[in-house]
Amino acid sequence: MIAYQPSRVPAVAALALLALALAAGFLPVLRMGLEQGLSGLDPYVLRVLRFTLLQAGLSTILSLALGLPLARALARQSSFPGRAVLLRLLNLPLALPAIVVIIGIIEVYGARGWLGGLFDIYGLQGILLAHVFFNVPLAARLILADLERIPPESWKLSAQLGLSPLAIWRLVEWPAIRSGLAGAALLIFLLCASSFAVVLTLGGGPRATTLEVAIYQSLRADFDPPRAAMLALVQLALCATLALVAQAWGGLAAGWPALRLQPRRFDGRTALSRLLDGGVVLLALLLLVPPLLALIGAGLFHINFSALLLRALATSLGLGMASAALAFVIVWPLAVLAVRSGAWRKVASIAVLASWIVPPAALATGWFITLIAQAGMTGLAAFLVIAMNALMALPFVSRVLMPALAQSAEAHDRLCLSLGLEGWNRFRLVEFPVMKRAIGLSLVMALILSLGDLTAISLFGTQDFVTLPALIYRQMGSYRFDEAIGTAVVLSALVLAFSSLAERWSDQR
Amino acid sequence: MIRLEGVTFRYEDMQMRFDVAFPKGSFTAVIGPSGGGKSTLLNLIAGFEAPEQGRVLIGGADVTALPPHQRPVSMIFQDNNVFAHLDLWQNVALGVSPSLKLDMAQKARVEAALAEVGLGALMQRKPGEISGGERQRVGVARALVRDRPVLLLDEPFAALGPAMRKDMLELVTAMSQARDLTVVMVTHQPEDALAAARHTAYLENGRIVALRPTAELFAAEDLPGLHAYLGDWRSAKL
Repeated sequence: MIAYQPSRVPAVAALALLALALAAGFLPVLRMGLEQGLSGLDPYVLRVLRFTLLQAGLSTILSLALGLPLARALARQSSFPGRAVLLRLLNLPLALPAIVVIIGIIEVYGARGWLGGLFDIYGLQGILLAHVFFNVPLAARLILADLERIPPESWKLSAQLGLSPLAIWRLVEWPAIRSGLAGAALLIFLLCASSFAVVLTLGGGPRATTLEVAIYQSLRADFDPPRAAMLALVQLALCATLALVAQAWGGLAAGWPALRLQPRRFDGRTALSRLLDGGVVLLALLLLVPPLLALIGAGLFHINFSALLLRALATSLGLGMASAALAFVIVWPLAVLAVRSGAWRKVASIAVLASWIVPPAALATGWFITLIAQAGMTGLAAFLVIAMNALMALPFVSRVLMPALAQSAEAHDRLCLSLGLEGWNRFRLVEFPVMKRAIGLSLVMALILSLGDLTAISLFGTQDFVTLPALIYRQMGSYRFDEAIGTAVVLSALVLAFSSLAERWSDQR
Repeated sequence: MIRLEGVTFRYEDMQMRFDVAFPKGSFTAVIGPSGGGKSTLLNLIAGFEAPEQGRVLIGGADVTALPPHQRPVSMIFQDNNVFAHLDLWQNVALGVSPSLKLDMAQKARVEAALAEVGLGALMQRKPGEISGGERQRVGVARALVRDRPVLLLDEPFAALGPAMRKDMLELVTAMSQARDLTVVMVTHQPEDALAAARHTAYLENGRIVALRPTAELFAAEDLPGLHAYLGDWRSAKL
């Protein structure tokens, strides 16, 4: 049978662009790292590496320790008042920019916060708290998605056979989540090992810093490119290994797991299991709700639409739209081939992970070294931020576009072949109208990511080139916390508006 | 054997009401349009749904408030009758003991049941390694070892080819006759009902419109809904 063969030219161009960006990031780092050899791995680098692994490991364990029981409680108690609201609440930390959530956490647990003095949030404890805040909901959503894939007949069968809660766990639940659990753990570890905003704001100096933040400090504060290159090389080795292992293990779950129809369950009706599940849910609420309330409570009184804020808002939106468009233009031609060819599927699945394999700070180090050697970078800052944000959005964009494109290929390929419909005409007449929602969703997701980004803008930003997250960070740093809260509320409102749009589109698909 | 007395149940916009009895040893087919309440009827008997009003009696005892596993009922579904990560022997043994701890006599029963449905040689296979028809036989074997007097079949053969469907139907018929089971079978295939069921119920909009001897029901002239449901099949067959 003759299959539809989309043109390879745009895909090759997209790959070349990616290769250029990665080479410009990777090669200078490699050269500078090799020049130092093992002497570059001094006690400072090793200490930073150790702390990176320690905090990521502990964050992962704690997130799963609460996320797993939470997922099980939500799966088992399939209808209770407020369940739908709770599920939406679990989406919030995934959608909200890190810097915004950190403001909320400081407002609750900081020295002058509601629960101030409970513990020192600057250092390991604060970093763990923030990472757990982000990743308990993520773990719960991923595991819940696996639990909801259990066929309804299994629940009927369990009820008819009178399986005990322990037997249900052993025979039904554990087999369903086992394989996904390793992937979820790796994903959370990877996110925590390369987390930037949390460690930048809550890390306590050289004692509690991670590779990602140490690179930033070497580049922007200490002007020490060789050290940055050494750190970047270590970070790159760590993240590339983790990302490739996770990918081989069945794929990194980038994106929001969809809400499904909840199958009826017949277990968990006893008073004891209701009590246990209720306790777990309560614990999760105690973790998630106070920072969000604090943010709204304090922030609403401090919104001040200054000229600075409006300029940052405009910059954020402009950069966000540009990087969403760039991410789309790179993913689309790859995805079009990937849904029709196994070889291209492999290439695309690695290509879209570029920013996870070579994490942003490591990439930035190379770009920095290259461009300083060439011309200087003041004029290029905006382009570098757009490029980096686009790279970070690739996995999310492809995750949305791939299934929709696969469906369209399945449905339309033979008809399009017989009509000779291909290239731009096919996009205009078939894919675009059919996939309007998926395309919009992928663009909005990339936009949301870019709006919340603090990494790229910190690495390349300047005094006059400021986005909303960068403005928040600057206001925090200059003891204008009230203004920072106000800006954070503006940024969250913007992001939530876009993400509710995205959620509506993804529900209707 | 099975009696539903004034049982009402609401699903979305449909108000269902069942007043019906299935005598001991009877084999009844249930036909009717999709969404008419056929599966709900089985779910009410098995205890997967609780009636709003009315009582469900099995063998004279009121089971309305009993959870599914305490009812004298086995059920075979259209799909997913097996746990994919357990081998066939374990899947059937679950019908004897949820902890999979079996004594010698129980082990022998499991093996006999697997042999009876023709899976004796495949006991150590995983469900992924056998055909769809063989997977359904695992459900039948489990019903055998559970040895409950009521057997509910929810379109268990719908995904099988004609020859396989006929084999399975014969297996279930033989098994229910040998053990004097009371069987209620939901199906969309008039042939299945004609081959196996002495009586057939026609169900639409949450009511049992008619429950008659099978051949008589399919020939009935007084049921316009049934005419529409059967369509061309009727003129072709009768």
